[in-house]
Amino acid sequence: MSTIAQTVAPYAADFRVTRSRRSVVWTGAGALLVVVVLAYFPYIVHSGTTAILVQAFIVLTLASMWNLLAGYAGLVSVGQQAFVGLGGYFVLILGLHGLSPFAALPISAIGCGVAALPLWWLVSRLRSGYFAIATWVMAATVMLIIEKFSSIGGGTGMPLPGLAGYGPTLLAADTYWAGLAVTVLALLGIYLLLRGRLGLVLTAIRDDEVAARSSGARIGLARLLVFVVAGVGCGAAGAVLAISQLQVQPSAVFSINWTAEMAFATIIGGLGTIEGPIIGTIVYMVLQQTLQSYNAWYLIILGLVAITVALFARRGLWGLVDDRLNVRLFPVGYYLRPQVAGRSSDGKDA
Amino acid sequence: MTAPAVEGNGSRANGASPLLEISDLAVHHGQLRALDSISLQVFAGEVYAIIGANGAGKSTLLRTIAGLHHPSTGSVRFDGADVTGLRPEQRARQGIVMVPEGRRLFGSLSVEENLKVGATYARQGPWTIDRVYEMFGWMRERRSQRTAQLSGGEQQAVAIGRALVANPRVLLLDELSLGLAPVVVQRIYGMMPQILSTGITVLLVEQDVSQALRVASHIQCLLEGRTTLQGRPTDVTAEQVERAYFGLASSASGGQPAEGSDA
Amino acid sequence: MAWVNAIIQGVLTGGLYALFACGLSLMFGVMKVVNLAHGDLAVVAGYIAIGVITVTHIPVLWSFLIVVPVMAALGYVLQRTIIQGALDRGVLTTLMVTFGLSVVIENGLLQFFSANSRGIGVGLSLITASFSIGSQIQIAYLLVLIFAVAVLVLLGLQFFLSKSKFGRLIRASADDPEATQLAGADYRHVFGIAAALAFATVALGGIAYGMYSQLSPTTGTDTILLFAFAAVVIGGLGSLWGTLLGGVVLGVAQQIGAQINISDEVLAGYIVFLAVLVLRPQGLIGRRAQS
Repeated sequence: MSTIAQTVAPYAADFRVTRSRRSVVWTGAGALLVVVVLAYFPYIVHSGTTAILVQAFIVLTLASMWNLLAGYAGLVSVGQQAFVGLGGYFVLILGLHGLSPFAALPISAIGCGVAALPLWWLVSRLRSGYFAIATWVMAATVMLIIEKFSSIGGGTGMPLPGLAGYGPTLLAADTYWAGLAVTVLALLGIYLLLRGRLGLVLTAIRDDEVAARSSGARIGLARLLVFVVAGVGCGAAGAVLAISQLQVQPSAVFSINWTAEMAFATIIGGLGTIEGPIIGTIVYMVLQQTLQSYNAWYLIILGLVAITVALFARRGLWGLVDDRLNVRLFPVGYYLRPQVAGRSSDGKDA
Repeated sequence: MTAPAVEGNGSRANGASPLLEISDLAVHHGQLRALDSISLQVFAGEVYAIIGANGAGKSTLLRTIAGLHHPSTGSVRFDGADVTGLRPEQRARQGIVMVPEGRRLFGSLSVEENLKVGATYARQGPWTIDRVYEMFGWMRERRSQRTAQLSGGEQQAVAIGRALVANPRVLLLDELSLGLAPVVVQRIYGMMPQILSTGITVLLVEQDVSQALRVASHIQCLLEGRTTLQGRPTDVTAEQVERAYFGLASSASGGQPAEGSDA
Repeated sequence: MAWVNAIIQGVLTGGLYALFACGLSLMFGVMKVVNLAHGDLAVVAGYIAIGVITVTHIPVLWSFLIVVPVMAALGYVLQRTIIQGALDRGVLTTLMVTFGLSVVIENGLLQFFSANSRGIGVGLSLITASFSIGSQIQIAYLLVLIFAVAVLVLLGLQFFLSKSKFGRLIRASADDPEATQLAGADYRHVFGIAAALAFATVALGGIAYGMYSQLSPTTGTDTILLFAFAAVVIGGLGSLWGTLLGGVVLGVAQQIGAQINISDEVLAGYIVFLAVLVLRPQGLIGRRAQS
């Protein structure tokens, strides 16, 4: 009786393990180009356009975080708006102590990450349905507690201090760059995180939790890490939101609609892939811009599309593309390729 | 004890048509092929036993007959009609009732309630809840108890009773002996004559080969999803069974090894 | 004495919460579905009642007779189609789909009815009146009536589930859908009936709420859903009477919170909810944990 290793060993020299089918260099170069072009926008487009793009950045960051939670860690949270709100309020509080909102942004994001720790303790032992409801209650509770403090605006909110000296054009540009930076860092961070061991652990959990646990994977730690990262990301997005709105209003920053938007964008774009939220955000923005004057319609349609996609096209729009073209813009899997110079194999990724 | 169970009025020998007929069945679990080219015929009144090692496909076969798996090719015919497309509950109402592996009793229901559920869509016939109580003497007293409080053998009895009250024509028994002490297993199989006497045909899956050989009128051995032996217990030798079970070269004498079976 | 009044108010409000909770508990216990649209469905029922009353001018109490069966039928259809489809694809999908439903319903109501809140005018003066015990305790007849209805509904459900043939099938399907199939029952049909029951009770709750308070498109998620879930969790899953106990505990906690600080009513309830989730997730008298 030979072991699998003994059977495979003679052939090991014939194969190598790679991270992607094509060179990462090309995708990386392409991404860099996109970012550079986007960075130039404030110089070449109207500030109305950059404002719309800031919205897109916020939604994309939120969607990527929701995707990390639900698509990779299996945690369906309907309470991420707690961190969106907290991010905004951290900026407000720091602003009241004299710090510029842009300087406060990274601190707020980290603050949300810290806040995620006790909140995780509250909800970590719960599963699926209970977890979802618990996150919703958590967000509602956070909002109610914050509303009690009239020093930060109570139930009606407050304008952000520290923005008075800004000229409108510069403010719009700075807000835009802040949003771009947050989004790029968020996507980059998620990509690097999933490329590493965490990605393997999360995929293992997704496929078979019992097996993953018995193989020694630190599941609880993985989920905690994901929850904290999502807190940081959503907090950063919330900070950008506050800056873009020049004020913090509890009912706006803690609205369940944020969860609706990030969830729908992710589901439609494709749950469980990094590219999915990008597609989903594009769909979301197109719908929102087209139906702007029709109030609640874009959420209704978005919701209906999301339900349909969840039921019939489980891997979303990106899943449909991926199946045809077998492309990964963000390669996080592994391929087995034969050690033959110049030819690539048909290895399926992990 | 070597006498096989009642041979079923000799309907097989008489050229009557089979009650249950599986033709060239193939079942896949995703990409894994669980069953390949399985054919068998069960005639009224017989006790047909399917034996084989773990993972041979026995339970998959029974579950496919019950309707819980859909075959990729092949057909299941019951009393002449093609039932391959019928859902499990439809087959149950027509008279194909399974006692699933692991008992699968309703944990929050009492013993009697479990039987009542089984009787909800019952066909006409001699089996009633009372008759089940008579067969298993201890059950009437404990009929209000939660099934979780019963022993393994008692739970198996309730599971069988739940199937019987539906008045099946074909009773599918999946691994009755699993997890039970040999004495208990014997007692349960001892009920077989009573069950057969009411005209029920039995198709069972059993890991305990000697037990199967004791009760069956026909046996079929599976290995890795394929048939390796088919015949009557009286016509096969112990070595043939052993070879078919473990997958060594088959012999041509006595019972009928399946054509093309792998070593 | 004000405290005694508060506690009595809390207990009686618990009846309303129990009415919301039992449908949620039923769907979660039987189909393992956390229906995030549960609260919005109550609001839909209320709006349908308002519509029916406005168009046909029938007495308010008769609106039940129309709305409840309509909602029950809606529940059966939704369960057999969308929810069953989501169940077949996994827990995550079910959560996402019911959440999607919730958002669609709320925004649909917002779109067609505006954000204003409205109530179901209770014309019968007897119901709007209240009686007093002593000088500081005032109890509205309507609240007592709702509590009585809640108890009756729970009794009815209890009886149906434990004694009737279909109730047995529902409990069996909750334990093991596949084994129920093997016994000849179509578990998807059974689930549909369970959903119909759940929707019927939530319709009752929605109409009751519309009489007692005001309904707006966001009431479903602002108020009803989390309260209903709180009642289920506090009381414990798997026990119908647990939902009444949970509702009462929630109601009393809220009233005590209001006594301490008038704006802390809802917050007090949430804190108790979170405390139970963390310390005793199986609830006060629940038999099963979250499944």
